[in-house]
Amino acid sequence: MKCRKCPAQAVLKLPRHNTAFCSTHLTDFVRGQVERAIKSQKMFHPNDRILVAVSGGKDSLALWEILLKLGYQADALYVDQGIGTYSQTSREKVERFTELVAKPCGATLTIHHVEEEEGANIPDLANLIHRPTCSACGTVKRYQFNRATIQGGYDVMATGHNLDDEAARLLGNVLHWQEEYLQKQSPMLPASMEGFAKKVKPLYRLTEREIAAYAIVNRIDYIVEECPMSKGAKMLVYKDVLNRLEAESPGTKHTFYFQFLKKQAKAQPTQGSMTQTDHATLKPCTSCSQPTSTGICSYCKMVARAKTATS
Amino acid sequence: MKIHLSHPSRNIEMAGPKRVGDVLTELHLIPEGYLIIRGEDLLTEDERLEDSDTIEIRPVISGG
Repeated sequence: MKCRKCPAQAVLKLPRHNTAFCSTHLTDFVRGQVERAIKSQKMFHPNDRILVAVSGGKDSLALWEILLKLGYQADALYVDQGIGTYSQTSREKVERFTELVAKPCGATLTIHHVEEEEGANIPDLANLIHRPTCSACGTVKRYQFNRATIQGGYDVMATGHNLDDEAARLLGNVLHWQEEYLQKQSPMLPASMEGFAKKVKPLYRLTEREIAAYAIVNRIDYIVEECPMSKGAKMLVYKDVLNRLEAESPGTKHTFYFQFLKKQAKAQPTQGSMTQTDHATLKPCTSCSQPTSTGICSYCKMVARAKTATS
Repeated sequence: MKIHLSHPSRNIEMAGPKRVGDVLTELHLIPEGYLIIRGEDLLTEDERLEDSDTIEIRPVISGG
């Protein structure tokens, strides 16, 4: 199969775009989609400081690399969850990427060690508070990424969520009619109130397969191994179902998510209504000051319960 | 040919020659969920694989 833009051998067929690209044109396509996402969603400006949430996986490392190649000022934060060899390997991948790619561009990496800061690693923390591991992990990561963005004086926090992530999340929310979550499912969440960082997802126009292919052709060494705690996770089931639909009808994931965004934009101007809702329902946590709908935020409650359990 | 698969990590063998797309079909794998790598090269579904080839079928789905 030949590239649609030049006589070179194609490395990836993209059925949803009815095309195929060689490594050079795949790289151009992926970076172009990220630039389009940044501009169309007004994610950030050329001089803004960005904090990228990195995990060692293909999406976050590819995102960090793309932002640096496009000339943005992007630093990164890695949260070391303390999940055995998985965390060890993923941290090594992030550190190696930092040395080879990020540092030469003047970017820095910060590592947050959950065991040191929260008093226990993620699996132990989840056991102590009797909650699923993924739930404890999500609480810690959301809290720490938001805090690091605010305290580091960054203009925006960027995550590696892609089209598959967003379509699968939408499917899950629709299947359970969790309408309250739909409002916050956007590629760009504004800093709706003091204490909340602006959050963006510059990879939302790209599938996991396109990003993985980009990472491979650009020699980005990422962790292929899955988090051992994600076994049986619903998101993986939703992604598999969507890929089966995609195989039968290319473009299904894109249409599902982008039509939702279109309807969402028509129904309500997201930024205004979200800011109003957040101001009406959220107050500073009495312990850490991050916005919460309860007196003490879920992160502070979790850490307090873990400390009580271990004392 | 020798094939490396992940999640869980394992190696299998399959007789060649075969096209990449046919290998995926025989293994009941959906192309949208995988990339096929030979050495450092990504292969499209129409590429022919020889009996002597060693490939990796890498899953691209992640996240819990």
